[in-house]
Amino acid sequence: MTTTIERGRPGTRPVKAAPANRRPGRIRRIGLPYLLLLPALVLELLVHLVPMVIGIVMSFKVLTQFYIRDWGSAPWAGLDNYSLSVDFNAPVGEALLHSFFVTVAFTLLSVALCWLIGTAAAIFMQDTFRGRGLLRALFLVPYALPVYAAVITWVFMFQHDNGLVNHVLHDQLGLTDKPSFWLIGDNSFYALLTVSVWKGWPFAFLIVMAGLQNIPRELYEAAALDGAGIWQQIRRITLPSLSPVNQVLVLVLFLWTFNDFNTPYVLFGRAAPEAADLISVHIYQASFVTWNFGAGSAMSVLLLLFLLAVTGVYLAVTSRGRRPADA
Amino acid sequence: MPDLSTTPVARNSPMAPPRSFLWSRWIFLTLLTGFVLLPVYVMVSSSLKPLADVTGQFRWLPSELTIRPYIDIWSTVPLARYFVNSLIVAGAATVCSVVIAVFSAYAVSRYSFRGKRVFTVTVLSTQMFPGILFLLPLFLLYVNIGNATGIALFGSRGGLILTYLTFSLPFSIWMLIGYFDSVPRDLDEAALVDGCGPLGALFRVVVPAAIPGIVAVAVYAFMTAWGEVLFASVMTNETTRTLAVGLQGYSTLNDVYWNQIMAASLVVSVPVVAGFLLLQRYLVAGLTAGAVK
Repeated sequence: MTTTIERGRPGTRPVKAAPANRRPGRIRRIGLPYLLLLPALVLELLVHLVPMVIGIVMSFKVLTQFYIRDWGSAPWAGLDNYSLSVDFNAPVGEALLHSFFVTVAFTLLSVALCWLIGTAAAIFMQDTFRGRGLLRALFLVPYALPVYAAVITWVFMFQHDNGLVNHVLHDQLGLTDKPSFWLIGDNSFYALLTVSVWKGWPFAFLIVMAGLQNIPRELYEAAALDGAGIWQQIRRITLPSLSPVNQVLVLVLFLWTFNDFNTPYVLFGRAAPEAADLISVHIYQASFVTWNFGAGSAMSVLLLLFLLAVTGVYLAVTSRGRRPADA
Repeated sequence: MPDLSTTPVARNSPMAPPRSFLWSRWIFLTLLTGFVLLPVYVMVSSSLKPLADVTGQFRWLPSELTIRPYIDIWSTVPLARYFVNSLIVAGAATVCSVVIAVFSAYAVSRYSFRGKRVFTVTVLSTQMFPGILFLLPLFLLYVNIGNATGIALFGSRGGLILTYLTFSLPFSIWMLIGYFDSVPRDLDEAALVDGCGPLGALFRVVVPAAIPGIVAVAVYAFMTAWGEVLFASVMTNETTRTLAVGLQGYSTLNDVYWNQIMAASLVVSVPVVAGFLLLQRYLVAGLTAGAVK
């Protein structure tokens, strides 16, 4: 990669675009930005965009284990994979719809809590106090820990017989009649939510912290002169000033949480309990366990369409009334 | 417990905060610290327990301190091999990702060209794709490339490196654009006048001035590759398995050696957490410069 760029070999496109009598230096200057972008572009195409197109094609094919080796020759399925996925009266569609609702509820709760905790912590830690640096480092630990190491610790804590959670709730506080199951049954939803919030809020904290540094101090000084107390300053200056940051932050949190695979996969293993059957794991199950890649792809495409629609509506609604100069 | 009640410098508010604020802050931050540290405490304390302590009822304190789990983890599963695999994959993905991101960010920051906005929007939008959507096609694509050309991408470290470096690329480019923008243009124009080519200006002037941003991006890229589970679980085999998948080996055995699992989790976390904590202020600075505008 490096050598190609350093030779400054002009790409074919810029050469054709430039008149023949131009000096080579000129050609190089026009072509250079594209050459610099080339590696990133090629890799994004290879790993993200081409597979996405293939995925869309696959969703219209009969792609079971018999055709996996040579998926190009798999027969066309028309819309069969889609009608299978959205037939909510049949088991497959019903399970997908259930998984979708679980994911929506989980995502809304998790994003709200992550945002709330992250914002509160960032605002409380805006002023200096002793131990602030240490605390800030500590708060970033859940974000820095590898997902599997952190989540596997939670798996241990949620164990029925030897876990910390049951030991505290049942043995020490006596809040439950008998030890609860956390990783199967209905409780698994709350276990997943707890882990997700624990893991996700530091990112909100990090972003809000960076956002707070861009609020001009004069705003606070002026408000203080007008007699606004600290709570009023937070409500009237800090929170409104953060809204551009929040617009992006909430969207990113939403997309990451909705698509999260790592947390449920490590927490529950391959078979997620019904109450915590997030859509990513559900599609993974539908594809790799039953080897029905066609149906799995159709579900993925539906998921992408849903996320695109939500993102579009979200950006349209939240950008309304924003001055164009902000962009 | 850090003393949260003193405010020697009230940076943003000229008035001293009222008591209600100080109390809420103290309560909130104390509870949050407990929530954050609980799993960390469990991980550290359990890793020093004998097996009997982690199979029976949970104990807050070990009945005796032992470093046995730290010795056994290497033989229960081939942890050293997973560790080496993870180091190779994450290290190579980081180096490639940073170099590519530097080139892209330099182009976007210093040149105006047709398609600039399309490029940044497209690259960033790949962040929203569900991993599961391109997992299946990428899996098949790698298998097909392997069948057609003999380049083994599926099941090899190379395929994983290629995949991971594109995961961190969008965010890295985005953050480096902000960093490069903050390096004064006069500097690289002076280098150009002195006879450096554009790449000379990049490597002799812009890159040295943006080292903190590059370090932050490298840490991010390494963390991303080190912690990924989904693609690692599908695209590796026994010899190329990384820690993300390998660590699950401890719990599939008949006896679940929780003390060893906690010890192994700690061992695999230390490199990334230490690196992250040492360099986190660069990350915040990078976010402030690039992302949060």
